[in-house]
Amino acid sequence: MHSFMLPPADTFDALTRAARERILILDGAMGTMIQTLGLDEDAFRGHGGHSCAIHSDHPQQGNNDLLILTQPQAVEDIHYAFAMAGADIVETNTFSSTIIAQADYAMEDRVHALNAEGARIARRAMDRATAQDGKPRWVAGAVGPTNRTASMSPDVNDPGYRAVTFDDLRRAYGQQVRGLIDGGADLILIETIFDTLNAKAAIFACFEAFAEHGKRLPIMISGTITDASGRTLSGQTPTAFWHSVRHARPFTVGLNCALGADAMRPHLAELAGVADSLICAYPNAGLPNAFGQYDEAPEQTAAKVEVFAREGLVNIVGGCCGTTPDHIAEIAQAVAGHAPRKAGVLADV
Amino acid sequence: MSDPLLRLSGLEPFVLTKDIPFVNVGERTNVTGSAKFRKLITNRDYAAALDVARDQVENGAQIIDINMDEGLIDSRQAMIDFLNLVAAEPDIARVPIMIDSSKWEVIEAGLQCVQGKPVVNSISLKEGEAAFLHHAGLCLAYGAAVVVMAFDEDGQADSFKRKTEICARAYRILTEQVGFPPEDIIFDPNVFAVATGIEEHDNYGVDFIEATRWIRQNLPHCHISGGVSNLSFSFRGNEPVREAMHAVFLYHAIKAGMDMGIVNAGQLAVYDQIEPDLREACEDVVLNRTPANGGSATENLLDIAERFRGAGREERKRDLAWREWSVEKRLEHALVNGITEFVDADTEEARLAAERPLHVIEGPLMDGMNVVGDLFGAGKMFLPQVVKSARVMKQAVAVLLPYMEEEKRLAGGDQRQSAGKVLMATVKGDVHDIGKNIVGVVLACNNYEIIDLGVMVPPQKILEEARAHGVDIIGLSGLITPSLDEMAHLAAEMEREGFDLPLLIGGATTSKVHTAVKISPRYSRNQAIYVTDASRAVGVVSALLSDAQRGAYIEGVRADYAQVAERHERAERAKTRLPLAAARANAMAIDWSDYAVTAPGFTGARVIDDWDLAEIARFIDWTPFFQTWELKGVYPRILDDEKYGAAARNLLDDAQAMLKTLIAEKWFGPRAVVGFWPANRQGDDIRLWADAGRADPLATLHTLRQQTSKRRNSPNTALADFVGPEGVEDWVGGFVVTAGPEEAAIAERFEKAGDDYGAIMVKALADRFAEAMAEMLHQRVRREYWGYAPDEAFAPEELIGEPYRGIRPAPGYPAQPDHTEKLTLFSLLDAEAATGVTLTESMAMWPGSSVSGLYIGHPDAYYFGVAKVERDQAVDYAARKGMPLEEVERWLAPVLNYRPEAAEADAAA
Repeated sequence: MHSFMLPPADTFDALTRAARERILILDGAMGTMIQTLGLDEDAFRGHGGHSCAIHSDHPQQGNNDLLILTQPQAVEDIHYAFAMAGADIVETNTFSSTIIAQADYAMEDRVHALNAEGARIARRAMDRATAQDGKPRWVAGAVGPTNRTASMSPDVNDPGYRAVTFDDLRRAYGQQVRGLIDGGADLILIETIFDTLNAKAAIFACFEAFAEHGKRLPIMISGTITDASGRTLSGQTPTAFWHSVRHARPFTVGLNCALGADAMRPHLAELAGVADSLICAYPNAGLPNAFGQYDEAPEQTAAKVEVFAREGLVNIVGGCCGTTPDHIAEIAQAVAGHAPRKAGVLADV
Repeated sequence: MSDPLLRLSGLEPFVLTKDIPFVNVGERTNVTGSAKFRKLITNRDYAAALDVARDQVENGAQIIDINMDEGLIDSRQAMIDFLNLVAAEPDIARVPIMIDSSKWEVIEAGLQCVQGKPVVNSISLKEGEAAFLHHAGLCLAYGAAVVVMAFDEDGQADSFKRKTEICARAYRILTEQVGFPPEDIIFDPNVFAVATGIEEHDNYGVDFIEATRWIRQNLPHCHISGGVSNLSFSFRGNEPVREAMHAVFLYHAIKAGMDMGIVNAGQLAVYDQIEPDLREACEDVVLNRTPANGGSATENLLDIAERFRGAGREERKRDLAWREWSVEKRLEHALVNGITEFVDADTEEARLAAERPLHVIEGPLMDGMNVVGDLFGAGKMFLPQVVKSARVMKQAVAVLLPYMEEEKRLAGGDQRQSAGKVLMATVKGDVHDIGKNIVGVVLACNNYEIIDLGVMVPPQKILEEARAHGVDIIGLSGLITPSLDEMAHLAAEMEREGFDLPLLIGGATTSKVHTAVKISPRYSRNQAIYVTDASRAVGVVSALLSDAQRGAYIEGVRADYAQVAERHERAERAKTRLPLAAARANAMAIDWSDYAVTAPGFTGARVIDDWDLAEIARFIDWTPFFQTWELKGVYPRILDDEKYGAAARNLLDDAQAMLKTLIAEKWFGPRAVVGFWPANRQGDDIRLWADAGRADPLATLHTLRQQTSKRRNSPNTALADFVGPEGVEDWVGGFVVTAGPEEAAIAERFEKAGDDYGAIMVKALADRFAEAMAEMLHQRVRREYWGYAPDEAFAPEELIGEPYRGIRPAPGYPAQPDHTEKLTLFSLLDAEAATGVTLTESMAMWPGSSVSGLYIGHPDAYYFGVAKVERDQAVDYAARKGMPLEEVERWLAPVLNYRPEAAEADAAA
């Protein structure tokens, strides 16, 4: 498996050039936008004239990824809104599109379609936006952590037990990544990593899928520091995390979710101090309130993210939970005047 | 920021910066390096095993090496279980893991369990570039650094040239073809033992250090590691000297660029604090220098080593109350229990109390050995324990010897009287000596002086030495059937040359019947006596050397043998033998009409040299090992045997301990060759073809047919019956495996150190390795090389029952008693060139720990014994083989059902 001997996808060049010129903008929270649509069970299943109706004994409300098949226009419109707000890169709506995560909804057999269609929809939205303003845009295939952990036991009384193995994850991720590539994703974004072993399985799966594809796509890797301990849920410090994923030779490494921008800053600074790839950060819109909602205003979030840019820590910024097109527009505006972080871009990229 | 430094991680990062001169890799969580850890893992005491790991990290290990390569456990599962548990312990998991195994499947399982960036230990070019590329690519995909052993298709690199060539080649492949980051490559240029007494080993330290220097200068960003303990193998037991050697070696190797090592940090001397004489002697050995005052560096270090020998460790913690006893009782206790720890001091104490040093031997030491002898005779002690007692005795005598020499010099003469002199030899053409050595040790324990002439001793030499030493008894040993004739020949020679002393016969193929029928009648002046096993030897020898007992004893043996010979003759006459034609008519009838077998993956011979000692060890069948030590029973049940259990467990512990070391230090260099040829039955022979079209004959394998009159439905089988006749696409294979020639030198080192127990042990293990290799290779043949049973999945222990399809009969064994068939087999395989195994004039394989045979694949093939053959078959066989009848009769002598001379006379009449 000699992925590094594969030719890089064409995307590499254009992305690298763009990233050298300015801080690039990633989109905001798809989930937050879907919530605002107030979709009911029928809408999630696609009944009522939409393109693809789902028949299942399992309730599908909350299976956001399924909207790719049942409400494709709504998903495309959200992507388009983020693109027009200033996002250079948008993430597909495929955070949970693996057989492991879809098992909760008994939708395992739709996994390939979810990923391939998810990428196509995002591509369509980007093409619409580019037709408007002529700016190039990229689709990042979103690969979430799944709801299982390969290096932690869910049973406190049996610390050696594992609910999922590396191979289970490798296969699930492989299927997802192949779908994303089939649908035309330009990059793969392995995100919200709270267990690095899951991410390593995803990286392994990418290598396998790239080998089949004959080309190497840029990989973005984004970990999650869950609390004030400054470690991932599985216990790694940001530098240890970087050492664990560096073999992917990622286009970016960074952090997302869990924390607001201010709490994320010291950990991001640590990572930016050791990593020789580009740095990407997309924090939440602050911390959730008592109702689980994020109420940080767009300009507040943007002001904190601007600190990253001012300190020269970042190459790509965006938003996670609670961030809307308005947040992204504010962030884009806030960082526009700052130079991107100077970093040792990997020699072979 | 992006200096190419080795960056690893557990929960926390580790960077090998320029400020770190040397990384200590913790070795206590390695089952091959720690008996304690191995026991915890085999007992599945994971809580305590985690404590071992935690202690290491608390004591400063920057990386922990985890190795589960133990024959008795499922290494892959143990690796998974342990790593998963380690992941749940933040105080352990904070450091990076070194995943250590000789088996890729274990390594890969480990890689799937660690979230940090680990080190794989190890990969190499041993199996060629394809496997290397595959493993390196996977290491990269899993995100691991790698230890690369200086090992290629031709074996492990020992010289500067080979080390640097292999590392440079591996480096090129990794960086240019795989895209491996050079800073993630750690080379292990192989630390080998120095000061072994073998001249070729003297430069091993320098070769390592200079290779290290070259690699660091020429292969940018990589690192150097090594297993340091191998270096001092020849000083095992002398920890202070070993520690000094390690410290000196590391001092120079680190200066040359070694920056990582598997070392027990707690057991490492500080270079500057080593006693200057010792340090210089170590330096001379490590750097292969001539000592300041001349001589050899090895000899010099050996000379001073004893001064630094600390209190060695004994096998286990014991009650030391016996240390309060009188010195006589202490010596007895040490002898009975095989404890060497205090024997030097106790012997010295006894010497000071005694009038003469000789009195210590004749007094407390012989008293103690008599207790051992009595317990052995009473079946309360067993052979392995007796051999250990002998080791204690030898050590005690070694203490006294200089004083006795001095006394002798002063007084002139007056040597200690031995109970008698016994000459021992393995006969011409035979190389097997474990049993002979055991008998020698047991007799020596009983105060007999042993003159051991070794193996392959020509008869003339035996007789000359017997005369020169004025021996009281000659003992002969042999394992292969031609040795039986050698023994008969020697008996006749003794008769001819007028010898009048007892001749003892022993060894695996010898028997009371053979001795009575074939040897005893040729030597009438005294008596040839068959000795069943070592435990009987003392009784027989003491009876023969006692003036009071000798006459009656020999008379008894003679009477017994006369009866045995007569009974044998009667029984043989009573057995109905079939004429060859009738036996052929009742051949094993296999229906070949729709038989089809997979074609082997290749034809012709192929050398197999990717042997992994740890893997071979998993295939060891322990039952014969216990038989070697005269502990009779089936493994593993024997471990719980009421009578033998305790002795068997101790023996197995000792064997496992040696096994661990010999695997870690790669004592043996196993080799094998295997071949396949298109083959068809042709009468009682097997015709091999040079070409796939079966037009061009290559060779003929001759086989012999059973001529016993069989019960209904039972065929008169020959091996040829199991091979398809012309028209059927069948094949036959052949193989030679050997554990390697190293055993002899290693056993000799043990012997020189007065450790017969170790010497016998290493030979017994070498034999087991050869047998295990044969078993392992047969499985690979079935699954891969021939491949007719690709899905066979028997575990090593299941193979003992031979549940699989196909057989591997060996020339010289019951299914084909003709040893000369080995010549054909060896020439087909070019076995001597391929494996270094040679055939003696008696067709014994040298080295002794070698196995050869044919592969026959038909599902109905089975092992059988040809038993006795008649003259008609011998004549027919001689014609088929193109060998004079007399020669055939000589090789088949043990299985001939007639006396050639008599038959000749009959034919002439």
